[in-house]
Amino acid sequence: MTGLAAALGRAQKTGSTLLLPYLTAGLPSADASLALFEAMSAAGADGFEIGIPYTDPLMDGPVIQRAGLEALNAGMTLDGGFALSKRVVTSTAKPAILMTYVNPVLRMGLSAFCDRAAAAGVDAVIFVDVPVDEAEPFSEAARASGVGLVLFASPTITDARLEAVIAAEPTFIYGIADLGVTGERSTASTHVGHLSSRVRSLSDIPLVLGVGISGPEQAAAAAPHADGIIVGTAVVRRVLEAANVDEAGRATAQLIEEIRAAIDG
Amino acid sequence: MTTTGPDVRGRFGEYGGRFAPETLMPALEQLEQAFTDAWADPAFHGELDELLSGFVGRPTPLYEASRLSDALGVRLILKREDLAHTGAHKINNTVGQALLAGRMGKTRIIAETGAGQHGVATATACALFGTECAVYMGAKDVERQALNVYRMELLGAEVIPVTSGAATLKDAVSEAMRDWVGTVENTHYIIGSVVGPHPFPLIVRQFQKVIGEELSRQLAAHEELPDTPDIIVACVGGGSNAMGIFHPWLDSGVELVGVEAAGHGLTSGAHGASLVAGSPGVLHGSRTYMLQDEEGQVVEAHSVSAGLDYPGVGPEHAYLRDSGKVRYEAVTDDEALAAFDLMSRTEGIIPALEPAHALAWIDREKESLAGKTVVLNLSGRGDKDVQQIAAIRAATT
Repeated sequence: MTGLAAALGRAQKTGSTLLLPYLTAGLPSADASLALFEAMSAAGADGFEIGIPYTDPLMDGPVIQRAGLEALNAGMTLDGGFALSKRVVTSTAKPAILMTYVNPVLRMGLSAFCDRAAAAGVDAVIFVDVPVDEAEPFSEAARASGVGLVLFASPTITDARLEAVIAAEPTFIYGIADLGVTGERSTASTHVGHLSSRVRSLSDIPLVLGVGISGPEQAAAAAPHADGIIVGTAVVRRVLEAANVDEAGRATAQLIEEIRAAIDG
Repeated sequence: MTTTGPDVRGRFGEYGGRFAPETLMPALEQLEQAFTDAWADPAFHGELDELLSGFVGRPTPLYEASRLSDALGVRLILKREDLAHTGAHKINNTVGQALLAGRMGKTRIIAETGAGQHGVATATACALFGTECAVYMGAKDVERQALNVYRMELLGAEVIPVTSGAATLKDAVSEAMRDWVGTVENTHYIIGSVVGPHPFPLIVRQFQKVIGEELSRQLAAHEELPDTPDIIVACVGGGSNAMGIFHPWLDSGVELVGVEAAGHGLTSGAHGASLVAGSPGVLHGSRTYMLQDEEGQVVEAHSVSAGLDYPGVGPEHAYLRDSGKVRYEAVTDDEALAAFDLMSRTEGIIPALEPAHALAWIDREKESLAGKTVVLNLSGRGDKDVQQIAAIRAATT
């Protein structure tokens, strides 16, 4: 069992919720990203979602789009993403999930990508635009390399689709907390309770909620419904707005501390 | 696989499929079911046919371009999609999909547009049905195509400038899809070409194949013209007009030629020739030929024609390319501009820059085509391009 699966299993048993912040690899540079992941780790993150940037991220709102283009312009690559992941896992001793879109993965070769992810110490991979209908070869390649595959469940998911997601045995189900692309929301989603009870009535696969969880209040509202939460845009925006890496580190660490306190409280 | 694909998974051979975020998947399934039901329903076809004849102006004429034929040494026949309502073939698809959206109970329609032709055609269909309409358009295109922006607004649509990425068509498609991810419960997305996740390439093809079906009937009914041409030529950006005219002829033995945009040249790095000079990948929800770098990042396209300025192409074209059923070629900006002049001056028809590419290929190949009967899909009229051509000429003289 990987570190991530074990941590999710413990969270399920104890009724606690993992805090898994997202950051775009290479924002604002590879070294700076590492420093930011370390700062979030010290502030109480339980693991990380590391995003390999892509030119046309269909699931992402303006903040993560901009972060991706800045990271690409600063020279981030697939190789760079694997190297950064390895440094993050080694330095923080916490699990990491690698997220990207399907085209860079196919360009490198599916098996090669999964092998490289495994060698980097990544526990699971997320391919945002690979739905369960197309997932079989991806699932097989990930299994052969010894990494997990994450699949999504949205508030609009049909029962038949949810059953197919569960049957594919993902490392966890990424529950989309709110309709729409990644981005901050001013209110807590009204969808999470219903989505969570649907997933939990059918399966004991861990459920991690993300999309639209932007601060302590929404995190506290989502936490009872999930084994983990992902906070992305709120982290990335603080990094984009910071004057320098130190400031970005302080701002993201403060956010993680606040969310940690909110979900543990 | 037969040429009536796609298969149940939305694949044309190894191309196509449904690479979309999970949030969109139920909507794609619903759309597939609604389309299948509608297509089997005589009442739907009755409504559609009435709109195509009364509102769109179909059938569009078939016209033998005598002076151009003399100039080129071929027998050139034009399929006059430029005479369809709003000035291009795009309206065939938007009227059909707007009708479909009504059947699904969707109260809002979104679309993307490059030059503005698909946006205008969508805004027109929405005005016809009284449906709320929002059109995503790259901020650069909003600037370049001010007249079409105003047309869409006159028709009651909201035009939303897209500033992400390169602020052109590719980014407008991405932004429309992002809108749809958040509004999927009440909104239908009318994609403008035979691209995107299944079932869009199928739906757009089915609404556009009326072009090729009419061609077949019109040739058969015409006393002077042969029932079967030697060659059918069409331009290919996303590929909807080409798929529309090719599809009914795929098994006919007629040579089919799709012409892409070579921009500043195929080795210049500034072109839109996904099939001729791209490689397989996944763009905007389907596996197809596309322009990408070694890292799998999408590369910007370039063409003087905004309708061909797209780094991908419909997955069925990718399949037809590999299977050899259609031959794909590319012509440069300069060749297309020369063909634009040739048709305007020789035939009294100002073509859109997109089909000017197809004419440019015929001009380039005229020696090997000598004496042959060539059908050119004149997919749109050139009024939209006049201002841009004037600016190009002013800059180069």
